[in-house]
Amino acid sequence: MTRPRRVLTGLLTSATVLVALAACGDSQASDTETLTVYSAQHESLVRTMLEGFTDETGIELEFRDANDSELANQIVQEGKASPADVFLTENSPSIDVVDKAGLLAPIDPETAEQVEERYRPDSGNWTGFAARSTALIYNPAEIPESELPASMLDLADPAWEGRVAIAAGGADFQAIVSAVLALEGEDATREWLTGLERNAEIYASNTAIMKAVDEGEVPLGITYHYYWFRDQAQEGLVGDDAELHYFRNQDPGAFVSVSGAGVLASSDQKDAAQRLVAWLTSPQAQERLAESTALEYAVGVGADSAEALPPLAELQAPEVDPGSLDAELVTELMQDVGLL
Amino acid sequence: MLGTVVCCGVLGVGAAWLVERSSVPARRIWHVLLVAPLAVPAFVNSYAWISLLPGLDTYAGALLVVTLSYFPFVYLPVAAAFRGLDPALEDTARGLGLSTWAVFLRVQLPQLRVALLGGGLLVALHLLAEFGALQMLRYPTFTTAIYDQYRATFNGPGATMLAGVLVLLCLVLLIAEIRLRGRRGYARSGRGAPRPVRPVALRRLTAPALLALGTLVGLAVAVPLWSLGYWMARGAGSAVDWADLGSTTSTTLGLAAAAAAITTAMALPAGWLAVRARGRVATLLERSTYLGSSVPGIVVALALVTVSIRVTPWLYQTVPVLLAAYAILFLPRAIVTVRSAVEQAPPLYDDVAASLGASAPDRLRRITLPLLAPGIGAGAALVFLAVVTELTATLLLAPTGTRTLATAFWAASSAVDYGAAAPYAVIMVLLSAPATVLLSRDARRGLTT
Repeated sequence: MTRPRRVLTGLLTSATVLVALAACGDSQASDTETLTVYSAQHESLVRTMLEGFTDETGIELEFRDANDSELANQIVQEGKASPADVFLTENSPSIDVVDKAGLLAPIDPETAEQVEERYRPDSGNWTGFAARSTALIYNPAEIPESELPASMLDLADPAWEGRVAIAAGGADFQAIVSAVLALEGEDATREWLTGLERNAEIYASNTAIMKAVDEGEVPLGITYHYYWFRDQAQEGLVGDDAELHYFRNQDPGAFVSVSGAGVLASSDQKDAAQRLVAWLTSPQAQERLAESTALEYAVGVGADSAEALPPLAELQAPEVDPGSLDAELVTELMQDVGLL
Repeated sequence: MLGTVVCCGVLGVGAAWLVERSSVPARRIWHVLLVAPLAVPAFVNSYAWISLLPGLDTYAGALLVVTLSYFPFVYLPVAAAFRGLDPALEDTARGLGLSTWAVFLRVQLPQLRVALLGGGLLVALHLLAEFGALQMLRYPTFTTAIYDQYRATFNGPGATMLAGVLVLLCLVLLIAEIRLRGRRGYARSGRGAPRPVRPVALRRLTAPALLALGTLVGLAVAVPLWSLGYWMARGAGSAVDWADLGSTTSTTLGLAAAAAAITTAMALPAGWLAVRARGRVATLLERSTYLGSSVPGIVVALALVTVSIRVTPWLYQTVPVLLAAYAILFLPRAIVTVRSAVEQAPPLYDDVAASLGASAPDRLRRITLPLLAPGIGAGAALVFLAVVTELTATLLLAPTGTRTLATAFWAASSAVDYGAAAPYAVIMVLLSAPATVLLSRDARRGLTT
């Protein structure tokens, strides 16, 4: 009978130690300035871009990493009491939710000028700091490049029944649908989604799409460019038999999704927070993004992206105000046609 | 959902009978292996299956994966209850001419009722709130719909309404379990000297029995481990950050241990009252703890965000609030095991001690806690396992900058960095292994020894 009691004592002891440790941790950070960053963009990318920030400015950083939707919901729940100073997102719809709730402060004009205008919302309350392009991943053994559709909208044709892979439940695909909505209007989008509902094989993630295409389960799928490039950089672990195709021609399928950075209106360290956003969009940080393994696009004025990628300017993306994407209507439409 | 509960029940009871009451070889080893699936997080399990058989996204697929992840919830209490049964009753029944099957149906099964129903309730509650595995298998449920609401539309009220439906479903389950459980007492009056169990000889059926156990363990444990091993090997190119791995592991360990201790301590009075002071208030109290675990983690986490930032802003995003979230989510796991331990502990000893003049705290320390220790240990281990793999509440409520194994795994895998993600999953499984061994040991000892 002694062993379980010893275990119980052990558990209680570690609990006490933990609480004591937590108390010590709190007492340390006091005189230096510390920014709290809520970040939904990939952890490794954000850390790489912010390398050297603390050394140069003396401002310490604390990160809370989670998904776009979780953090946006959390900030809205926290309201004016939010401990966050800066919010970084992976796709723009979630930072837009926080903006529409009136919780963001305007970005410094000098910071905004560092970023290409098309990657900023008209509201001026946040700015893009990285971008990813929509693309088609396909298996050349199943379908030659010459037979690929000219537009992403063609994938709703009956000819493609059972031959398209999408990750309908993911924020990535829903951002792509929101671009179709912004460019083509509600009726055309509903029609496109109805066709897709008939044609598409639904997968859980972009990685799952890549794997399915690689194995010839479906000939092609809609995804973001960097999944394939990152997989290639890891010697094609999943997708060595798959290739990538860009739609170009201002097609909705050439939509470029923006990762947003914003300063919380409730922050009591707005100057430091603005410096962080200025740093992220500076030529140096944008260069670091290009040199990293993230393989996302740089959005700074005149900034080059990774050499492995076709230049962003050549992708002929359609013009979409990143602050105008209507995530709510997208979900409604997708639920109506049965994709969600 | 009914399908899963029935499958878990059949697998759990069948495996428990083989291990506890038959002549199948290597029973001790099988016992540990049958608890082992608990160490594999359900999302790792479903990921492994989906990468093995991509066509698994059907009702049958969801049933298979979820059953394999959750059957130990039935196996554990039932195996423990088998241990606690007095074999004399079975021998008498056999002496009166009942077949092995009839003994099982008429003597053993009725006595296993509390354990079986408790396990079934846990499985059902898990299914209500299960998200990761079902989403990966593309099997839409209320819970996946709630996430859709938060994810795409940021529609808090809509999601809350759906969560309300889950709470109602949970209420129905709870009432059904009370009805089925009945009001009988299940304690033996004295410990006496129980006869050693004489296992039923399987003879020619030994090979099929071994095959069945082997298949079950193979499907539930070997498949996910093989998949993890594969990713470790393929992703070995990326360097492992040992310092980070170490600090993440110790954070996880500390949080899980603290949550296990606190949650079990909270379960003790609730489980005790529910059995010893049966009445409306006690039942209501015990039952109400189940509601929190029937809603997805994000609902509980956001509720705590809202409450704690307004009422206790100085506590917001500190360890205590996180531990509160864990307690809300995982209290039922501790209560189910503690309650069945109280159920089988005869109140007689306590009365005798009182009549001999032992004070109340003294009786608690010397009689009650030792009697309940196996149940307490098992409850703590179950909570520990759950916390190690918890993701949503940890992301939202942990002190800023805190990383656990689950959040680190999530961060790496969402950045398509397989090599970096795999070590965290492996440590998660390794860390959970001692807890499963603890669970299996307690059950072996039996609840009334």
